[in-house]
Amino acid sequence: MSFLDLDEWLFELARHVELVYSPLADIKAYPEHVDVALVEGAVANADNLHLIRQVRERTRTLIAFGDCAVTGNVTALRNPLGAPGPILQTLYVERADMSGQIPDAPGIVPALLGRVLPVHAVVPVDLYLPGCPPPAPRIRAALEQILAGGEVLLAGREMIKFG
Amino acid sequence: MTRRILIDPVTRIEGHARITIHLDDAGTVQEARFHVTEFRGFERFCEGRPLWEMPGITARICGICPVSHLLASAKAGDAILSVMIPPAAEKLRRLMNLGQIVQSHALSFFHLSAPDLLLGFDSDPATRNVFGLMAADAHLARAGIRLRQFGQEIIETLGGSKIHPAWAVPGGVRAAPAAAQRAAIAARLPEARTTVLDALRRFKTLLDTHADEVASFGDFPSLFLGLVGPNGEWEHYGGRLRLVDSGGAIIADQVDPAHYREMIAEAVEPWSYLKMPYYRPRGYPAGMYRVGPLARLNICTRIGTLLADAELGEMRQRAGGIATSSFYYHYARLVEILAALERISLLLDDPDLDSGRLRAEAGVNQLEGVGVSEAPRGTLFHDYAVDPNGLIRRVNLIIATGHNNLAMNRTVAQIAQRYVHGDRISEGALNRVEAGIRAYDPCLSCSTHAAGTMPLALILVAADGTVLDTVQR
Ligand code: SF4
Repeated sequence: MSFLDLDEWLFELARHVELVYSPLADIKAYPEHVDVALVEGAVANADNLHLIRQVRERTRTLIAFGDCAVTGNVTALRNPLGAPGPILQTLYVERADMSGQIPDAPGIVPALLGRVLPVHAVVPVDLYLPGCPPPAPRIRAALEQILAGGEVLLAGREMIKFG
Repeated sequence: MTRRILIDPVTRIEGHARITIHLDDAGTVQEARFHVTEFRGFERFCEGRPLWEMPGITARICGICPVSHLLASAKAGDAILSVMIPPAAEKLRRLMNLGQIVQSHALSFFHLSAPDLLLGFDSDPATRNVFGLMAADAHLARAGIRLRQFGQEIIETLGGSKIHPAWAVPGGVRAAPAAAQRAAIAARLPEARTTVLDALRRFKTLLDTHADEVASFGDFPSLFLGLVGPNGEWEHYGGRLRLVDSGGAIIADQVDPAHYREMIAEAVEPWSYLKMPYYRPRGYPAGMYRVGPLARLNICTRIGTLLADAELGEMRQRAGGIATSSFYYHYARLVEILAALERISLLLDDPDLDSGRLRAEAGVNQLEGVGVSEAPRGTLFHDYAVDPNGLIRRVNLIIATGHNNLAMNRTVAQIAQRYVHGDRISEGALNRVEAGIRAYDPCLSCSTHAAGTMPLALILVAADGTVLDTVQR
C-alpha cells in the first residue's frame, strides 16, 4: 500500500512500465520474463513458497520489499513459539465458541511452514528495500535507478533504515 | 455429492483468498465458500509483551488501516489504565481516524473497484486495474489518487508517517499538529469535497444501469452492527453498539462494547483461517450480520453534518429504507468520505486542540480491557487481559472482515447462482464473483496478516467432489 503513496508519480511510472502481476491487477498467474518484481512479505506457508520460487525463476531483478521480506519482521514473531501446531490448537480449538477445529481443508488451506522465512532464505535476492513499510520516496529512488539501468545505490538513513 | 469451481487467486482485494463454488448433481450452484489462506498468530505471539507495545505491534496487522488497530489498541489500553483521556487527545484520535476513513475508502473505490464500475465488469482483465483507469479517465484517476493522498497526509501530519505511525498510546496521543499544519489540511478540503461529490454523481447513475448487479451482489436480509452515538447518530470512534435487522427494527442498542461477548460468538470452519462470528442469541449461522460503511449508515438515525445527511436521505430513498444489497457498500463509502470531510473541517477549528494536554498518565488499574473503534471496514474489537505488571496474558481480536465472513459467503453464492451456468466460469462471471467480495473491501491482512501479494482463487466443484474448473486467469 505504501507503493500507492507514490501518488501522482504513478502516472510517470505508468509511462515506463507494464504492470503484469500485482494485488492491484486481475492477472492471476505469474507470467514469464518479468523484469522487476517487488516482493512484499515473508514466506510463511506452502503457497508462499511455491509462488516465490516461481517468481525467482521468471524474474530478472527480485527486490525484497519491506522488513517482512527482508527479515521476517512481525510475520516471524511466531517463530520463537516453535512449530505452528500448538498455536493453531490454542486459537482455533480452545478459543472457539462453536465447532473448534484446526483449518486444514486439503487443496484449500495451505500448510504453514515450521518457521517463517525471509525471502533471501529461500531464493537469491537482488536488492533489499527495508522499511515497515518502505516510504514512498525510498521506493521511488530505487525504481528510478532501476529504470535508468545502472547499479542501484541506496545510502543514508532516509534510504536504508528498518522500521 | 457436490461438484466445485475454484477461483484462485481472488484479485484486487487486500490479502490471500480463494473461492470455491459448489454445484449439485444437476449442476446448479448450492453454496460458495470464501477461503482465507493466510495465518499470522498475533493473538498468540503478543502474549507476554508489554501493553504499551501493543498499538505499535497490532498496527502491523494491516497496511491499509493501521490506524484502526492503533486506536482500538490504545483504547483497550485506556481501559486497562482506567483513565479518561484528555479532550484534545480524543479529538486528535478522531481526526486521524477520519483521515484514515478518507484514504481507505478512496483506495477501495477509486483504485480497486472503479475499474469494474467505470471500465465495466466485462472489460479486458489486462487493463481492468488502476493503471487502466489512469489511461481511460486520467481526470478521475488523478482526483481519486489525490483524495487518498489527502487522507494519508492527515495521518502523516498527526503521526509522523503515512503507514504505521507510532502515535496513539494508552492514555492519549504523543503529539498535536501545529496551527500551520492544520491550516494546510484545511486548504485541501474543497478539492477533496469536489472529488467525492463528482464520484457520488457518477455512482448514482450506475445504480440505474446495473440493476442486475444491485439485485445479486449480496442482496438478502441480515443483521447490521456498528457503533452509534447516544442518540443513535453516526459514530466512528466512540459510542456504543447497535444491532438492527433489515426491516429497520433495533434488535440491541447502546450495548457497552466491553460486553461484546454477550452479542458475538465465533465459529471455526475447516476451510478458512478466518473465523465466522455470529450474533450469539440467534445461533450459527442464522446470526449472520454485516458491518462497515453500509451497516453504519443503515443503523444510524442521522450522520450529523449537512451534505452527508442529504446524501444519506437520498440513499435511503433509492434503497427503500434499509439498504440490503451489498452493492450499496460503494455508495455508503462515498457518503462516509463526505461525512468525514465535513467532520475534519469542524475538528480543525476546535480550540481544544491547542490545550497541550495530550496524555493521561497511570499504571495498570484493571486486568482486562476492551477497545472498540470503527475501522473503515467495520467494527474492530481489541480485547486484552494483562498481569499486574501490564504484560499481556490473553488477546482476542475481531476484525471487520471477520464479522462480514458469513455475509461474504452468502454473497458469492448469490452471484454464482445468477452468473455461473454449467461447469465453466466465464470471464464476466468470474469478475462479478470477485467484485461481490470486493464490495465488502475485505482486508484479509487484518484477520491473518497476509503481508504480500493478494491473490484470490475460484474453484468449481462437482457433486462428487471433483474439481471441474479452476480459475487462475
Ligand atoms: S508494512 Fe511492515 S508489517 Fe506490513 S508487510 Fe511491510 S514490512 Fe511487513
